[in-house]
Amino acid sequence: MASARAKGHRRRVRSGCAAFALLLAGTAAHSAPAVADDAAVTETALSITGTPEPDGRPVDLDVSILTTAPSTPRPAIVLAHGFGGTKADSAQTGRSLARSGYTVITYTARGFGTSGGRIHLNDPAFEGADARKVVDLAAQRPEVLKDAGDPVVGFAGGSYGGAISLVVAGLDPRVDAIAPAFTWSSLTQALFPQYAVTAPPTALADVSPVDQTGVFKQRWASLFFLGAGGREQNGTGEGSDLGLCGRFSAELCQGYLQTAESGRPDPGLVRLLDRSNPERLLAHITAPTLLIQGETDTLFPLDHADANLRGLPASTPAKMVWVEGGHDTQIDIDALLPHLEAWFGRYLKRDGSAPDTSFQIAVPKTSLVGQDPDQDTPVLTAASYPGRNSALQTSSFPLSGGAQTFISPPGGTPAALTNLPGTGGALGTLSSVGGYALGVLPGQSATFTTPPLTEPVTLAGSGSLELSVTSTTPDATLFISLWDLGPDTRTTPDPAGRGVTATPGTAVLPGLAVAPVRLGGLRPNTPQTVRVALPPVAHQVPVGHRMQVVASSTDQAYAVPSGTSVYRVDLGASEQLVLPRLQASAADPTRLDVPMPLVIVVSGLVLAGLAGMVLLWLRRRHAHPREDLRNTPLLVQDLVKTYGDGFRAVDGVSFAAERGQVVGLLGPNGAGKTTTMRMLVGLIRPDSGTIHVHGDPVHAGADVLVSVGAFIEGPGFLPHLTGWANLQAYWQATGRPIEEAHLDEALAIAGLGAAIHRTVRGYSQGMRQRLGIAQSMLGLPSLLLLDEPTNGLDPPQIKAMRSVLADYAASGRTVVVSSHLLSEVEQTCSHVVVMHRGTVILTGSMAELTATDDVTLVGLAEGSDVEAAQVVLRRAGLATVVENGVIRATGTLPRSEVVARLVEAGYPVESVDGRRQLEEVFMSLVGPPGQEADGTDAVLSARSADG
Amino acid sequence: MAERTKALPLRAEIRRQLRRRRTQGIFTVIMLLPLILIGAFALGSEENDSGARGFVDLAQDSGANLVVFALFASTSFLLIVVVALFAGDTVPSEASWSSLRYLLAAPVRRERLLRQKLIVAGLFSVAALVLLPAWTLLVGGFAYGWGPYIGPTGDQIGWPEFGWRLAVITGYLLVSLLVVASFAFALGVWTDAPLAAVGGAVLLMILSAILDSITALGGIREGLPGHYAYAWADALSPTVDYSAMATGALWSVGYGVVLIGLAVWHFLRKDITS
Repeated sequence: MASARAKGHRRRVRSGCAAFALLLAGTAAHSAPAVADDAAVTETALSITGTPEPDGRPVDLDVSILTTAPSTPRPAIVLAHGFGGTKADSAQTGRSLARSGYTVITYTARGFGTSGGRIHLNDPAFEGADARKVVDLAAQRPEVLKDAGDPVVGFAGGSYGGAISLVVAGLDPRVDAIAPAFTWSSLTQALFPQYAVTAPPTALADVSPVDQTGVFKQRWASLFFLGAGGREQNGTGEGSDLGLCGRFSAELCQGYLQTAESGRPDPGLVRLLDRSNPERLLAHITAPTLLIQGETDTLFPLDHADANLRGLPASTPAKMVWVEGGHDTQIDIDALLPHLEAWFGRYLKRDGSAPDTSFQIAVPKTSLVGQDPDQDTPVLTAASYPGRNSALQTSSFPLSGGAQTFISPPGGTPAALTNLPGTGGALGTLSSVGGYALGVLPGQSATFTTPPLTEPVTLAGSGSLELSVTSTTPDATLFISLWDLGPDTRTTPDPAGRGVTATPGTAVLPGLAVAPVRLGGLRPNTPQTVRVALPPVAHQVPVGHRMQVVASSTDQAYAVPSGTSVYRVDLGASEQLVLPRLQASAADPTRLDVPMPLVIVVSGLVLAGLAGMVLLWLRRRHAHPREDLRNTPLLVQDLVKTYGDGFRAVDGVSFAAERGQVVGLLGPNGAGKTTTMRMLVGLIRPDSGTIHVHGDPVHAGADVLVSVGAFIEGPGFLPHLTGWANLQAYWQATGRPIEEAHLDEALAIAGLGAAIHRTVRGYSQGMRQRLGIAQSMLGLPSLLLLDEPTNGLDPPQIKAMRSVLADYAASGRTVVVSSHLLSEVEQTCSHVVVMHRGTVILTGSMAELTATDDVTLVGLAEGSDVEAAQVVLRRAGLATVVENGVIRATGTLPRSEVVARLVEAGYPVESVDGRRQLEEVFMSLVGPPGQEADGTDAVLSARSADG
Repeated sequence: MAERTKALPLRAEIRRQLRRRRTQGIFTVIMLLPLILIGAFALGSEENDSGARGFVDLAQDSGANLVVFALFASTSFLLIVVVALFAGDTVPSEASWSSLRYLLAAPVRRERLLRQKLIVAGLFSVAALVLLPAWTLLVGGFAYGWGPYIGPTGDQIGWPEFGWRLAVITGYLLVSLLVVASFAFALGVWTDAPLAAVGGAVLLMILSAILDSITALGGIREGLPGHYAYAWADALSPTVDYSAMATGALWSVGYGVVLIGLAVWHFLRKDITS
């Protein structure tokens, strides 16, 4: 599991890197660690002579030696395969360990694969002796490290291979460390389990059965028997027609057949099995022992590992690990590699790691809201295994249920179904009410339940309780199980007042395990108190759930008596369920595991961001002010702006505004006035050209803009605020003290009266316009820029505006007003800048532009002969032209003289004017509409004429 | 001219945003959420006889459970919308009111404007994300009691431990929503359209969630914004595994820096024509 996590981590590292590389177009550093090296593993296959069969027939064993460095002596690990397998099963694990620096020896046990001989179920005299010969081989091989002449060698294996590890460690002191997994302590107890116990447990999964053979575990036994090797392959050539017994030794086969047929243990078989029990050898084991047992294992449940651990001498270093898996699901030793490497690293490589005699347990949980497949099973760690070097602590839970009577059905059917051994935990997913209905048959079971839990309970190991059993027959067979039941389904109360049978919302049988109990020699119809152990499991029961002890008369996985009995089962005197209490903490407390490339890339980005901020700060340019322009409120030079679409909105605009002037920026729509205005306050960046306000260059956010008030292209207010609040919000945004704002003056200009306290959302356009102009005047800026200020104003308001602007300029400040309404500007401005198509075509004071000495406009009375009057003037040396019925006379003649000549000639002069209309000037420069094509020429000629 | 760094003080920006209907609406929704949940549970409580306890049953165990349920229910959408609104709307709304140009001409330096806007959007987001669990806890505590948090696997987290866990969760949510905030913010700066900013950010998260559901994409999914949105649930285990939260936070910060960097880079060069 841990290796899977490590792999997952590497995957994440690489994918994270790749994704960020996509994001950053390859700037991310690829520093993913290399996946495990593929160093070549050399495999040497050979054959050694094993122990002869009892009939004297020789036995050869098929052996392989795996190493990455054949010439280097390394610590050896012997990997023994499981029942029905061969040495090839261990190849993958062997290669991994070889790459970790071990010489790995794999061999096929006798009775399997191409090895000879028969199966004696790890009898020390046969398989045990064979294993010693493998140690002999290790002692001879140059690949194997020697310590004072003895080979440094460890044994590991799962199930059948785990048992041989224990056996050889008990037989041969040359074995330096072992790691048996998923294996048995007593085959008798495994195949004829008895959970009626003599005393309360002393260790976490202590099941010390009474001295009476238990219930035949028929289904598993059949699978075990049928799994005997040699049924398909018979590479040695012997026994090609082995028949029913396969390659089992004849006595074993005979004993099994007897047992299977009767359903009761054959004494001969029990004797043989007892020879194979490692428990007799445990006291001789000095090699440090790592015991790994699966939590879903109804063949060799956790109590076997417990018995093995307790059987070891106290001085033998040992560690217990309970993992997910087991014979009911999977017993892959490859998943245990991290455990193996840690154990053998310390005791074979002597890598100096700290001794570890802790206890590790994976505790599956019931989800209160359906199963979450993504969730890792939490792993808890205790400093030591409770019951070895530390006392077992227990908690008690009250049970209720009362005496219940049920039958053992004739013929043993129907039988409860709790597990289907050999199907890989097919029933494991049936953790709902359906499983409960199959496993707890009404009329065939008694139930005793705890109240709902107020805090979660970790079931770790084997609980126990006392039962009072009364049977109508001298024998009683019971199957005790412990269920995790969710809260009952809510049901509406029965109108009759009787409770409706409630079914639990969820039901989980941890480990799918039941504890068979066989009681013999009972006095019929007389209660007898028995102490029973519950099946050892690892499981967490959530809050609100109840624990239920079920005593059932049948279970399909076992041979049940075919005779009929009636049982009456009640709780013993204590009425308590006693559970071991585990003092453990999560194995890896607070975890923090982050892909390193991601950390590096993000740190780099953050640093880059910080650097960017510093750069921005440094770039706050104190661009060079021009001291010579300190007294020029505004100087614009050669502004050019081309928009992204190629439209050149402003093309070389230059003009100046002096103190006290009201400068009109004039031109038709699209002349570039607004763009220019926006550039004046840094909203738009000019392509080229400069703007100086009081000598300070203007750019976006330039400090000098403090002295500029602007109203550009309409007002901009927060619609949800009142006019008053808007002015305040704007002034707050400038960050200047409120005293500088001169709010009262601004309010007077806005002239909104009480409406100033209404939200801007309801304002008319004119009201907003006036508020906007008032906003631009906040703080009484020395330069006021107004873009089309009279839009939306009615004539009296326009008139008032004119005087406001005039007064404003009169106070020594400067106003720039843009407009497309020439007549308006004419009456407001002291100076004008006329723009057309992005260029300035005319600048100057109003007086200069419109008043000229050499032009006299003469209007005659209605009906006068204009043509004749022109002749008079031409004679006087003037050039004349008639515009709109008015004679325009151009020449050096003084104006009074011009009038005098006409009056003398008898023409009725009605008006005389020396000024031109601004519009007239403008039109004369750009030409009438429709002649746009030659507009540029007109501008050019106008300029040259001006100069 | 004197150095002027005081333009657009946070106080001013907070006032600008606080009085908006949008802001008030969001906080109203947050205040109503636990009440709505409790009301809905009260209406539906008699109907459940399907057996297994669901998240809804669990949510009624205690105020702590209601908080977790509320966060669980709002992670995928409500919080995204809230943060996207605060961060995405702040610049383009000024543009749409035409007030942006007056702020910039006031003058407020452009980088400063973005900074202040971001800080205030962040403050409002923090306020919303703190208010939601705190208020839900208060309301839930009165409705369902002040018992410990009970997880889906039956694990309990009592007080004051749950308080710390809630702080971790809130902190992680804030960081993990940075990617939403920065995307909305960048989009807002780029488009000047409030709807595009908020909608775009929400759309991005929806698209990302769709892509995330395609397991065939493998490891690339880990880089999708929102992939680690629910990593805060790790803080509710008996022992906290910070790995996923840290990874999610790093991705979020990484995206955030890039997106905000792009936004600033663009805004500094942008011609303000709104």
